[in-house]
Amino acid sequence: MTESNTAPIAVKADHLYKAFGRRPHEIVKKLKAGKNRDELSSLGVAAVIDASFEVKKGEIFVVMGLSGSGKSTLIRMLNGLWDTTSGTVTVGETNITDISAKELREVRRKSISMVFQHFALLPHRTVIDNVAYGLEIQGMGRDERLAKAQTIIDLVGLAGWAENLPSELSGGMQQRVGLGRALAADTDVLLMDEAFSALDPLIRREMQEQLIELQAALGKTIIFITHDLNEAMFLGDRIAVMRDGRIVQIGTPEEILTDPANDYVAQFVQDVDRARVLTAASVMEPVRSVITKTAGPRAALRTMRDLQTSVTFVLNRDRSFAGIVRDRDVLKLVKRGETDLRSIIRDDATAVLPDTALVDLVEPSVESELPIAVVDEKNRLLGVIPRVTLLAAIGNVTTNTGPLPVVMPPATISISQITDVLGESADDTHLATEGARA
Amino acid sequence: MTDFRLPLGSLVESFVDYITETFDFLFVFIRAVFDGAYESIEYVLGEPPFWAIMLVLGALAFGIRGWKFAVGTIVGLVVILGVDQWDNAMDTLALVLVASVLTIAISVPLGILAAKSNLASNIIRPVLDFMQTMPAFVYLIPALILFRVGVVPGIVATIIFAMAPGVRLTELGIRSVDKEVVEAGQAFGASPWRILRQIQLPLATPTIMAGINQVIMLSLSMVVIAGMVGAGGLGAEVVASLNRIDIALGFEAGLSVVILAIFLDRITASLGDTHSTGMFGSIRVVLRGRKQTDAAPSSVPALAPTQPARV
Repeated sequence: MTESNTAPIAVKADHLYKAFGRRPHEIVKKLKAGKNRDELSSLGVAAVIDASFEVKKGEIFVVMGLSGSGKSTLIRMLNGLWDTTSGTVTVGETNITDISAKELREVRRKSISMVFQHFALLPHRTVIDNVAYGLEIQGMGRDERLAKAQTIIDLVGLAGWAENLPSELSGGMQQRVGLGRALAADTDVLLMDEAFSALDPLIRREMQEQLIELQAALGKTIIFITHDLNEAMFLGDRIAVMRDGRIVQIGTPEEILTDPANDYVAQFVQDVDRARVLTAASVMEPVRSVITKTAGPRAALRTMRDLQTSVTFVLNRDRSFAGIVRDRDVLKLVKRGETDLRSIIRDDATAVLPDTALVDLVEPSVESELPIAVVDEKNRLLGVIPRVTLLAAIGNVTTNTGPLPVVMPPATISISQITDVLGESADDTHLATEGARA
Repeated sequence: MTDFRLPLGSLVESFVDYITETFDFLFVFIRAVFDGAYESIEYVLGEPPFWAIMLVLGALAFGIRGWKFAVGTIVGLVVILGVDQWDNAMDTLALVLVASVLTIAISVPLGILAAKSNLASNIIRPVLDFMQTMPAFVYLIPALILFRVGVVPGIVATIIFAMAPGVRLTELGIRSVDKEVVEAGQAFGASPWRILRQIQLPLATPTIMAGINQVIMLSLSMVVIAGMVGAGGLGAEVVASLNRIDIALGFEAGLSVVILAIFLDRITASLGDTHSTGMFGSIRVVLRGRKQTDAAPSSVPALAPTQPARV
């Protein structure tokens, strides 16, 4: 289960249509001819219209849409619970659209399992028998399947509950059983149909985090259906947004948030918790106030004067991030005539990796007025995030409407004062009269 | 008035005549089978002394519902014995058992078929309506012609009369099983037969048992009517009391029917209820409780902590 950029395709949907009614094929024919869904409402309902996508192995692919958008119909076509009216579904190597019922059952046993919104556990069976259900159908012997089910029960955090009936468990725990049942079947692909929608918010968040852990550990391909955009953004490597049976956009959470394909998506994403989706890399600004360590205090002071800021970032010779210097400290150095910056470099600026979520930047931003430095794995400075930029990004306010650069923090010493100091120590004669005041 | 008249009645009559002649061998065979089944059950119930049957039924009542019902059963049976209807009651019980078992054997599979296929459901439903609402006596006429006087026409008429609730409630039970659970079976690759056996039937059991309960109650009421065609038992006593305007006999036979009815109803109703309070129920609860305490540590948190995934 190795992951790479050229990961093989686990599930492929090719121009899927699903229509309900007396003559579904006629509906699809008319849709293909360019009629829209509402014109055909007298013939029946077009639930899914021309859906195409590829899900890579090891990916969490989220299908997001409001109720009635066709997402539940779509997911049920992926494992053949519902026939497609037109189009093909490929799971692994197998085209499941035209195979016999027996072959389809074989694909479901070996390649694709499912977790349901209302858990769909067998109420008359204990937790362990529920978890072992898929294995039982695969034909595994009793002892072997119970042993395997027990390890899965421990894995999903239900140790000690194996012999209970589902009705004795809370909703969150029942869905752990549902998840365990799907994991135990050991298929490459997991379909999750609104799997966490029936749980209360705290449990839901916990389950989402656990799902991501499990996915990282087991490398399953997960196709997750949800109507909750925050959930989609949190879980999805890629998200397909559905509306009225059509997929209106497929992209990474950030693409959908920052570059919505149409007004519908834009309207939809305006309520999303941006702080959890956007990353440092997507909002950072180029570093203006920066010098190398060897440049010396005078160069640092000049940079800060020109940019009217009180802080400048200092880089080592290999361009890695060394820390910051403040104008007052530099001023003192210059006055004393020293030429080495090293004594005053502070390391109290927060440095984060580019994929850090904005929500994790709020605290350092509150604690210190310094801009947050964004550095890569080799500690090279990629950009900075001043407080204003962070606020603008979270509030979805565009910062590029005006020509004014965002300067933070503002200078604490007046320009003339700095100029004086610079001039004085340089014995710059035409500034000498003014410099005498300092 | 006009001479217009639909010859429906004579059509049916000639149809029955035709069937009687053509399939005579079949009816002879059915008669032999039903008769044999009835004779053997009747032998089992009628041959042992009354106290042995009382003990067995009392024990059954205790096992299924508890001691109160056991006492009630014994008292009821003593009353039947006291009004001198014991043998007739045992004949009727045998008749009900045979008819019910046959009815269930036909109606449950039909109900499953109706649940699986809309076409079958659409065909079966009006037929059931017909069978249920046609006055019960009417069945006795062709049954009498086809099977001669005796127990068998009674059983056949009973089967036709009592079948409807068995089919309907089986269909209802299976159709109302949570769709998602059935989908879960399908999604994990279970065959339709397996889904029926492991998911649909177990989950539909309470409804199906309600249907079986109704089948048995209807059988009992029909078996009394069948007394008219010589089915014997309490039915014959009721018919005799009607002919003789014998209030005393009518009441005693009627009361015996009621006692049997209550016994059968309570027994079958408990079988459908998974939380029955009788001995079997308690044993089930005790067994499960023990398994549970073996497996679960005493202080299991309300929500098991998330464990880091490791494989």
